[in-house]
Amino acid sequence: MNPAAALREQFIRWALRVRPPEESPITLGQRRVYVLPTRAGLGYAAALLTMLIGSINYNLSLGYVLTFLLAGLGVVAILHSFRNLVRLKVSRGRTPPVFAGEHVAFHLVLASDVERQALRLWLPDGENTTVDIAANDSADACLRLPATRRGWLALPRVGIETTWPLGMIRAWAYCAPDLRCLVYPKPATKAPPLPWGAGEHGGRRAGGQGNDDFAGLRGHQPADPPRHVAWKTAARQGEDAPLLTKQFDGAATARIWLDWHDAPGEDTEARLSVLTRWALDAHAAGLDWGLRLPERSFAPASGEEHLQAALTALALHGQA
Amino acid sequence: MAKRSGTLLVPTQIWWLLATGVAVIAPLAPHVQPWLTVAATLALVWRAALAWQRKPLPSRWLLLVLVVAGTAAVLWQFRTLLGQNPGVALLILFLALKHLESRTTRDGLAIVFLAFFLALAQFFYSQAIPAAIASAAGVLVATATLLALADPRAAPPAVLRRGGIMLLQALPLMLLLFVLFPRVQGPLWALPRDAASARTGLSDTMAPGSISQLSQSDAIAFRVRFADAVPAQKLLYWRGPVLPEFDGRAWRPMNEPPFPQLPYGEPGSGGLDYETIVEPHGRHWIFALELPGATTAATFATRDYQLVARAPLTVRQRHRLRSYPALQAGRDDGESLRQRALFLPEGSNPRIRALAARWRNAAQSDEDVLRLAESFFLNQRLLYTLAPPLLGEQSADEFLFDTRQGFCEHFANAFAVAMRAAGIPARVVTGYQGGEVNPVDGWLTVRQYDAHAWTEVWLAGRGWLRVDPTAISAPTRIDMNLAAAVPVGDPLPLMMRVDLAWLRDIRFRWDAVANAWNQWVLGYNPDRQRDLLRRLGMPQPDWQRMTAALAVLCGLALLALTAWTLRQRQRRDPALALWQKLSRRLGRRGLARRPAEGPLAYAQRVAAALPQAATDMHAIATLYARLRYGAGAPALLHELRHRMASFHP
Repeated sequence: MNPAAALREQFIRWALRVRPPEESPITLGQRRVYVLPTRAGLGYAAALLTMLIGSINYNLSLGYVLTFLLAGLGVVAILHSFRNLVRLKVSRGRTPPVFAGEHVAFHLVLASDVERQALRLWLPDGENTTVDIAANDSADACLRLPATRRGWLALPRVGIETTWPLGMIRAWAYCAPDLRCLVYPKPATKAPPLPWGAGEHGGRRAGGQGNDDFAGLRGHQPADPPRHVAWKTAARQGEDAPLLTKQFDGAATARIWLDWHDAPGEDTEARLSVLTRWALDAHAAGLDWGLRLPERSFAPASGEEHLQAALTALALHGQA
Repeated sequence: MAKRSGTLLVPTQIWWLLATGVAVIAPLAPHVQPWLTVAATLALVWRAALAWQRKPLPSRWLLLVLVVAGTAAVLWQFRTLLGQNPGVALLILFLALKHLESRTTRDGLAIVFLAFFLALAQFFYSQAIPAAIASAAGVLVATATLLALADPRAAPPAVLRRGGIMLLQALPLMLLLFVLFPRVQGPLWALPRDAASARTGLSDTMAPGSISQLSQSDAIAFRVRFADAVPAQKLLYWRGPVLPEFDGRAWRPMNEPPFPQLPYGEPGSGGLDYETIVEPHGRHWIFALELPGATTAATFATRDYQLVARAPLTVRQRHRLRSYPALQAGRDDGESLRQRALFLPEGSNPRIRALAARWRNAAQSDEDVLRLAESFFLNQRLLYTLAPPLLGEQSADEFLFDTRQGFCEHFANAFAVAMRAAGIPARVVTGYQGGEVNPVDGWLTVRQYDAHAWTEVWLAGRGWLRVDPTAISAPTRIDMNLAAAVPVGDPLPLMMRVDLAWLRDIRFRWDAVANAWNQWVLGYNPDRQRDLLRRLGMPQPDWQRMTAALAVLCGLALLALTAWTLRQRQRRDPALALWQKLSRRLGRRGLARRPAEGPLAYAQRVAAALPQAATDMHAIATLYARLRYGAGAPALLHELRHRMASFHP
């Protein structure tokens, strides 16, 4: 980090005024809202100075009046910009988990008792968004960050600024809300099919493949056996229609163990990736599935909560 | 923070920018060359058409050609690019052409800043109240444009309203800065020559016709306020340039530098104190009532008793003067001065010379000659008119014996020539005579049509004596005014027409306002500032003290403004305030609202605890819920207030 950037970082840390991360909700007090002219504001000041010199030189009394009126306007703009930001309440919003490789959408809830315009929130990497808030209302600000690695992704320091109303004065503040998002491992794109053969781990009941009686159609999942795809339906509906998978009675009774040792892959991440894919597929196929990791295991079950718990364990494997 | 070079302009912003252009260029149209207005209008219309049809802007090359052509045209018009008029012309051109290359909000800002300059440039031409209003309108539109540039989504009426509010909020600071900002008397550098061009007023030579051309102008020459009563109209001779040099046709002043002191001492008594505000006329002259008592710090005096300012009057000037109407001076004037006042060119005005010789022969003394001359002027039945016939080479002869119609300069010219021909030193004095007291504010207003010329003759033992030949032939001119003196049918300035009394009344009021404006707004110069601050209790107002006071007061004003804006934010929803009050009241009985409790649930709990208040409580809670969460109507709020007042659980 070069010295200028280090100084800048130092300043931001000082400007934040609190030790991050902060308890939510955060109220932006007057001590942490800073006000400086923008480049347009500096241009405005230069224009006013020229006008003042002209007024003096030509003894234009009304020139003084005009110049001073515009100077007053600049000061009023400072107040308005400051007021547009100060005492804003920032609290955590809903931030659903995502898979690595996707984007995390950090949601912040900005609440205010007065009307506020054009608040711009930005992250150090340049991501930004602009919101308005009506009086006695709140607004949702969504900041997106790429999720590169599994595990917890904390919301970086957020800058909030406004140049409203004249664009000549910039009021800004930093805050570091205690907001993090769980990033599941990236589901493997080229995973082997579900490990039906893992019988010795107490896997599935014999004959429980559940392909006895046709029960209906559902959306195609990549792990579905090709012979269960409703090819006839697909042919009837044309190329753009999604593939459908035929479902058969007995699927609900199918049980499968997804085992760390069954998952191919040269390293931990690759295995986690495959397990994630399997878990998703098993869930999608409506199976009763269990997950066995080196340090813990989940008994076979189905349902959203089971999936979340398993994915969370996969995400945090070896981290906590 | 990322560097942003401005975002692309949206249509609303383009329309705002065009409105700004129109708002600042339109008031300048009467003052600049018509081709400039036409060129600017064409550029703006072009931009509007492009915006309307959603077509792209012209190429930069075409614009470059236009800029160069415009600059060349300005150069050709003014022969220079420097100075006030070419500067304004260039600003107008650039502002108009900038519209044709504005793509981003940053370009928009440049247009608004140029517009602010043009709003200021208006004051080169006029600083009267209408100009101030026009400029204020331009600034309002420009401010709204700034708002629109910063927030493209805002609706135009809201933007205009917010701009107005912000400008109103800026007023207190403007007032403080205006009063306390340490004033410097300009100019900081030599003004370009065109800074004080072409103003109406007296000139320093007098030939037939030079004053009567002023008689059509009701422009104000100066204003006077006497400390006591206004003297009689016939004493109001305001002394301007004194013209002793005569070449047979025109009268000119002596070419001598002025002195710091008047050549006579100030008498002990009989002085009239007054202050005068002289409109800028580009010359040094101050018009003092005859005869001024002493020079002031800002004035010199000529050898023939005219007060002159140290610098030309490029701006309105205020002077406190004292005059002595009964004073006569020059008893001890030397031979050389008298000789100059006797000079007549060879062969000029032979008929007057012959007449004067007859007077001289018949008279015992200079006083007798003067009396004879006066009675001659009276008996000659000379007609005082605004439209005298043209005169030839021997103007005094022709006026006195042939046409016998003239304006004051004809009278003064003829009388001075006659006196000189008779051997009495005489000179022409120009200035103003009379004036009109404005009943609204008590100021005496002297206008250009009060311009006058009279004569002074020198008598041994008495000095220079004022003789007004116009007063002999047309006494009403001196006792009343021009309108009373000239024949019916002569074209008179609007202000002098007696039949338009209501119009005059309006004009009086308007003049009083304009006078106050001139004094307190336009005439607020370093002197005035020191005066005012001294009166406000600042012992020695220098720039350090002013700056300190300015800093303190601006700080206070800022605090007040901040408090005001913060107070606004704390103003709660009135329904919520009432509801919270109710909770506090019930809290004393252990029935405070729980944080997560909605109004209806709370009402249920209260009703269960206090059955006697159940109906009222339910009604209040329902009203409150409707106000807060439904469409709240003012009538509902009123009802809630009413019910709250009568609620006694």
